[in-house]
Amino acid sequence: MERKNKLKYDAIVIGVSAGGMEALSVIFPGLPKEFPLSITVVQHRQADSDDFLIQYLNNLSPMLVKEAEEKESLSSGVVYIAPPGYHLLIEEDHSFTLSVDPPVNYARPSIDVLFESAADAFMEKLVGIVLTGASADGSLGLKKIKELGGLTLVQAPETAEHPFMPRAAVQATQIDHILQLNQISPFLLEQFSVHS
Amino acid sequence: MKRTQIENIEIELLLEGIFRRHGYDFKHYARASLKRRLEAIVSRQNLNHISEILPRVLYDHDFMNDFVKGMSVTVTEMFRDPFVYRAIRKLVIPFLKTFPFIKVWHAGCATGEEVYSMAILLKEEGFYDRTQIYATDFNRSSLRIAQEGIYSIKDMKQFTQNYYKAGGKTSFSNYLYSKYESAKIQDSLKKNILFSHHNLVADGVFGEMNLIICRNVLIYFDMDLQNRVLSLFHNSLCHGGILCLGSKESIRFSSVWPKFEVIAEKEKIFKKKYENFGMVNGTEKQVEI
Ligand SMILES: C[S@@+](CC[C@H](N)C(=O)[O-])C[C@H]1O[C@@H](n2cnc3c(N)ncnc32)[C@H](O)[C@@H]1O
Repeated sequence: MERKNKLKYDAIVIGVSAGGMEALSVIFPGLPKEFPLSITVVQHRQADSDDFLIQYLNNLSPMLVKEAEEKESLSSGVVYIAPPGYHLLIEEDHSFTLSVDPPVNYARPSIDVLFESAADAFMEKLVGIVLTGASADGSLGLKKIKELGGLTLVQAPETAEHPFMPRAAVQATQIDHILQLNQISPFLLEQFSVHS
Repeated sequence: MKRTQIENIEIELLLEGIFRRHGYDFKHYARASLKRRLEAIVSRQNLNHISEILPRVLYDHDFMNDFVKGMSVTVTEMFRDPFVYRAIRKLVIPFLKTFPFIKVWHAGCATGEEVYSMAILLKEEGFYDRTQIYATDFNRSSLRIAQEGIYSIKDMKQFTQNYYKAGGKTSFSNYLYSKYESAKIQDSLKKNILFSHHNLVADGVFGEMNLIICRNVLIYFDMDLQNRVLSLFHNSLCHGGILCLGSKESIRFSSVWPKFEVIAEKEKIFKKKYENFGMVNGTEKQVEI
């Protein structure tokens, strides 16, 4: 067994807003249970949302999907979803911190907050992905990921249910790969999967 | 060296400087959220680097006050997480009512909304007059706002919704005087509340509390400091005393976990276990465990 991109990347962060549930339910069924990276997701939603999103995604995804908990350490093969009403940040020891600081880009959780902290925590070993959404959240975060040497992916705006957010990301920084929604998990598999 | 690594040097030097100059210890705050707040100060003050804050906190008195304000996140609301207040009504109040008189400590009360929410709840449960509430924070300017109890009328819509979801028994407007753009908390709610300055990092125990409420403060601390503050709470509670934390905070992975039992998991309500003690000449003798 040999990992193609051995140790090149340690974690993936995904930011998604309007249209996110559909977009995520295209991506996650394609990733195997033993996917070698952790995936942390900020999906914009109401502060009093219940855990429907998590249960729904967990049912259709081979990877474990769970809410990110305060001080929990990130593990590979797990999808962490930011709890509604809190910002989610990643510490340098690769554990989560929550905060109730004011909303950023009208959002809490905010994608920029996750991405910027993740960029500091993982530096060049981070993959950032911006998907459909009707806000500009995530573009500053993706810019920082790029500046610190990470890999940047964006859903092709013309194929996004809400193109504003991926478009803002494309304008903010240099994007390594612009992909259609259904190309994203094959791409991730190809890049990071364990090959025998 | 990467930018992130240089910034870490700046942050460490700054925190050390603040500690030695002013005694405020931010070294055990959760680093990722602390860094964001430092960056916010850098951009508000038109600085370029975190290290430029250092000379200001060393020499500029007014700046230090602003700095503490900037470091403390006072975002709060009345009846935040209404389901928690419902659980307090149902599971905690009946127990507290078995005491003739109780003491409540709100630690990290910010601008006071949560304290007045509790006062309303106690009033509706017919228990307010048998309660002394201590409300503390380390941010003096938010304590002043808390003491005044004047809030923007804009927030009232949400507070009112929360109040009903929390099981409010009358009309929320009964507790407020509204005037122009603001709503002022009724004096009758204030009379048993004492607001005071207390720094959870540096200051000591508050004696013999029946209920401690500390919500959305521990998330700003690292594991070490969380453990220290949780022991402080444990030592401040009477036997069987109740601890209520924020909805995303827990004691499960902390050092005090064996010393509490769970009253409500989702609402993060815990009860200090009765330690084994023997009665010696009518006085409690604690057995070390
Ligand atoms: C986000 S607010 C929580 C307000 C309220 N408890 C709630 O949940 O809505 C956090 C509060 O903790 C206070 N705080 C932070 N560090 C503190 C310390 N070392 N000692 C006392 N209070 C502190 C801040 O000043 C701020 O008011």
